[in-house]
This record gives sequence, C-alpha cells and structure tokens, in this order.
Amino acid sequence: MSEQESDANEPVEMLRMPVELDYTYSAGTSASRFLRAFAEGKLLGQRCPVDGKVYIPTRGSCPQHGVPIDGEPVEVADKGTLVTYSIVRVPSENIPLELPYVAIQVVLDGADTAMHHVLSECELEDVHMGMRLQAKWKPREEWETSVGNILYFIPIDEPDAPYDSYKEHI
Amino acid sequence: MSQESSLTAPHKMAYTYKRSLGPVLSRFATALRDRKILGARRADGTVMVPPKEYDPDTAAAIEELVEVGPAGVVKSWAWVGEPRAAQPLARPFAYALVQLDGADTPMVQVVDAGSEEAMKTGMRVTARWSDEATGMITDLSFVPVDGEA
Amino acid sequence: MRDVAVVGFTQSESVRRERDRNEVEILIPVIHELKTRAGITSEDLDFVCSGSSDYLAGAAFAFVSGLDAVGAWPPLCESHVEMDGAWALYEAWVKIQMGYADLALVYGFGKPSMGDLPLTMALQLDPYTTMPLWPDAVSIAALQARLCLEGGVLSERDMAEAAARDRRNALDNPNAQVAGDFRAEQILSEPYLVSPLRKHDCAPISDGASAVLLAAGDRAKEMCERPAWIRGIEHICEPQELGVRDLTRSRSTEIAAEKAGVGAGKVDVAELSAPFSHQEILVERALGLGSDTEVNPSGGALAGNPIMAVGLSRIGEAADRITKGSANRAVAHATSGPCLQQNLVCVLEG
Repeated sequence: MSEQESDANEPVEMLRMPVELDYTYSAGTSASRFLRAFAEGKLLGQRCPVDGKVYIPTRGSCPQHGVPIDGEPVEVADKGTLVTYSIVRVPSENIPLELPYVAIQVVLDGADTAMHHVLSECELEDVHMGMRLQAKWKPREEWETSVGNILYFIPIDEPDAPYDSYKEHI
Repeated sequence: MSQESSLTAPHKMAYTYKRSLGPVLSRFATALRDRKILGARRADGTVMVPPKEYDPDTAAAIEELVEVGPAGVVKSWAWVGEPRAAQPLARPFAYALVQLDGADTPMVQVVDAGSEEAMKTGMRVTARWSDEATGMITDLSFVPVDGEA
Repeated sequence: MRDVAVVGFTQSESVRRERDRNEVEILIPVIHELKTRAGITSEDLDFVCSGSSDYLAGAAFAFVSGLDAVGAWPPLCESHVEMDGAWALYEAWVKIQMGYADLALVYGFGKPSMGDLPLTMALQLDPYTTMPLWPDAVSIAALQARLCLEGGVLSERDMAEAAARDRRNALDNPNAQVAGDFRAEQILSEPYLVSPLRKHDCAPISDGASAVLLAAGDRAKEMCERPAWIRGIEHICEPQELGVRDLTRSRSTEIAAEKAGVGAGKVDVAELSAPFSHQEILVERALGLGSDTEVNPSGGALAGNPIMAVGLSRIGEAADRITKGSANRAVAHATSGPCLQQNLVCVLEG
C-alpha cells in the first residue's frame, strides 16, 4: 500500500492502519419523531411524568428520573433565552461556519432544557446572557429531517429575561 | 401516535490509526517489506509466528527472531464464498491457520486457492507477496504449492 | 465473603433488527420494569455497572447514553465495561464484597443490526498481524470448528444435536429469536454457511438488552423470597493469538469452573453463552456437566444472542430458575473474545 511513508532502506517503525466500518445509524423512536416534526418547522419536546419538565429534543426517558417518557409531545416556540455562550475562534474540520462564531445554549420558550446552537447577525461585543433570540430558518423548500433547518439564532428586540428565569440552566 | 419506523442514515466510522510498532514488530514489519517472515524464538526453543513482544506462557521478553517459511502447511481453513469489501481478496478465498516451515504455531492468513475443492487440511502453501510490500501483514498471502499434498 | 444474590432479572426480546427503537430505547423498558418490580428508584442503587460496546453503535462514548435509562440525578456511583454485562456483574459483585455497596444494578445492551457484526468482531484480533486481514467472526469460528472436527474432538452430528436442543428449548422462551422443533438430521441436510459451519451452528445476530439486580445479605432476603445466591464466580482469559492456544478445548472455562466450585455439587441447570454450536460443546465439557444437568433451558446464545447482554442474560436465566424453585443449583457461563478466549463461570444456589 502506497500510503505508508517509510524509506525502503530504513526500518519500518510506524504503519498507517486505518479502520473503517460502515453502519446504518438508526435514530430511534423519539429522535425520529423530533426530526420529522423539524421537517415541518415544529419543535417537539416531551414532558417528564415525574416533575412535568419539558425535554427537547425528546429522548424516550427522563435522564434525571430514569422513567420512560411516552406521553404526547409538547410543541415549544422557536424563540427563547440565551443562557450561556462561547465565542469560537478555532477552526474545526466538521463545522462549516465562518470564524469567529458564537456557540450558544438556548432555552426555548416552553422548554425546560437548554439546546445547543449558534448565534449570528449579532456583534460579538453585544452577546450576553439573558438576551432574547429567535430561530432563523432555512427557506421552507429546503427543510428536511434535520436540526440544520435552523441555520442559527438571531437577537430580537425584547427586554432581557430576568436572571432568575434561566439560572438553573447555567 | 403513529408508529413510524426509525429514521436511518448511512454512517462511516473511520479511525486513521498510525501505529508505532515497537522493537519486535518493527523487525517483523521490516522483514515483511523485504519479503521475509520472522518468528519469535521462545525460551523453550519453539518458534511463534507472528512474533509477540512477550512469550504468552512465561511473559519473558522476546529477544531472538528467526526466519521461517516461506512455505508451510494448512492446519485448518474456512472458505469465504462471498468476500466483504474490506477483506483482502475480491474473489472467494480461504482464511486458514498456516503453520510455516520452522514455526511451531500457526498464523491466521489468507489462502488464494481458487475454489473450495482445492482446500484441504494438511495441504502445502507458500507465500505470495504484493507488488509493493510496505510492511503490512496484507503484503502477504498464500497460494497452494503445486503437486504437494 | 459476603452473601450476594441475584434478586431480579429482566430482558428484552431478542430480535434480528429493532425497527423503531435505538439502543437506549431498547434498554429503557428493561430497566424500568426491573426497578418497578423491585419497588426501588435509582436513588436506592449504591452502584450501577453496564456492559456494551461503542463499536456496535459506531459512536465513541455511546455507552454514556445508556445512563438515560437509569436516571443519573442525583449523580450515581457508576462504572462501565466494554464487555458483556456478565463482566459488569462481576465488577458489581466485587464492589459489594468490598463493602462499598449493598444493592447494585447491572445491565448490558447492544444494537448490532446497525453494522456488520461479524466484521466488527475482527477488531478483537491482533491489530498489527491479524486484524488488517479482516477475518470475520464466522470464519474465525469455522477455523476452530474444523480443528475440533478433524481432530476427532466432536462431530458434525454433535454440533447439530446441540443446535437442535437449544432451539427446541427456546420454544418455551418468549424472548428467544430462533426457536423450533428441529432435528439433528434436518440440520445436517442443510448447506454449509462457512464450512464446516451451517447456519444453525451460529448464534443469530440479535438486538437486545437485559438487566440484573444484585443485593447483599439481608437486603437480598427482604427483596426476594428465594434469592439466587452467588456461591462462586470467576473469569479467566487466554492469550489473544489463536495460534498459541489449544482451540479444541476451553482451558479458561475449565479453570474458571474449578475456581468457582462447579464440581462441588449437582448442577440442576446450566445456561451457556457460546455463540457457536461447537463452542457450546467445548464449554459443556469444560464445565464437567453430567447427563443430570439440564443445559440451556432458555435456548442459550444459539437461540438469542443480544451481544453484550447475552452472558448477563445467562446469569439472569439461571437465577430465575432458582428464584422460581425449579432449580436448587445452577451454573451460568459467559464468553468474550474470539474462539472462547475469555470465559466467566458463575455458580448460583437457592
């Protein structure tokens, strides 16, 4: 195999031994429901039967109480509150965003768990906790069963959420 | 709620391992590149192929490597009628336990025999090298030795 | 030594391909049912230990998601082995012996239908000198079967009879994947899959999960009318290189059986986890089982093979028979690695 680098006269001390395996990944019942709703522009969460908290995305069980979550899904808004963020200035092969960008945790209105996403159309010095955000969707004809239907979040002209309303998510 | 089946997506997991060989396997790989097969001489005098850094019985460090083969005998075999893409040959072949001349243990290897009918425990096989040997174990495979059984 | 017992066991069905659920969703009802039956919550657990393999899911740290099925808040004392859940049970047993826990949850789970399992198993072989040739698990097992057959250790009829027995027994097991009233003659008339193995000599590929509750002393007696006490448990490993092992016997099972005390009394029931019929015979012999032992009343691994849970399920099935009173003394076996490289033996008593 020609991908080895060793010189024909030198001892072989290293060898490239790539391992590749093919899978058909299956998302499962809950994530499939979540992604199918996403294709219709809807954000679906599900309520924990123990404390009523709404998890998004749905995941089949409450990771806190360890009980199955099999009730009706709950639709949550495509706007919410930024609870924490990081300004990313380091490139990564599998993230196609222009640097710098803002990685965020956002709690959508109606949900009790924070979701990971990115923030754009915002000056870096203006990013702050508690700011109100709205999802920026791809054009409708491009929607598919993917969280990528939301390109990013953008700031909206609403007063900041009070700290107490999001402090448990930090 | 409708019970739709799960969404699925193709997924390739790839690890780009670049492995350090260490003193014993480096000599083994260098020999493969030079189209030779080395075995490890153990404390009891027997020769183990492929070599390991340590004797599996006594855990003593292996010091001496000796050349074995290139021919040997098939101790067991399994016929792969429909090779997978990752496997070394695209046509049907056998995985076999091949005990090389001068070795006391068999190694898992590939025998390119053409057909299952040509395979037999006890048959003689000999090394065949890839055109561009680089030190990988895949440089090596085996073919039947004509006229010997 | 503390008295430690299996006080609960649940399992999913073994299925070839779980259409709807992901591997955690297969596990969720299994753990939920076990906790509900025992009347406990996650906060009652002193220790949680699981067995699974990230290679089955094709994702690094896939096992962490399994904790979603347990409920890990407040935080739990937890551990994981990249092996069958039977080895997770061993770790939990040690933890209880050390006095660090009285009640432990053990589970195993896997969804091999997402990948090509026989090929994935090649990653268990030496990464320098064997794995790059991608010998699949069935071919590797066939090398061993041929050594056994041509060495006169066993016959194809012996293998067919083991396969037929397991599949007949599985008729009574609603969780089994392959069950039926097979006869050895019928199996022997089938073509080879990878000669000398026929399809019936190979365990099915199964998606599935199982879970066990372990409890110490009085806690076990409170939770279960007839706990299955672990009277011996040991696991022994052989070298990785196939060429340096005697593949026609299972030396590590012999040693584990001796250390676990299998021979100290009559064995009413044995549950074996060997994934190939010739391996089942080698294990049966290595355990020294006589004709008065009922082997694989559940059908064993040949009837349902949820990899990473199948060995744990053998312990659960054996314990179940003690708890229900149909056996007083049972032996469970689990294996890992190519050609029975590593074996665990567990002796349970009522």
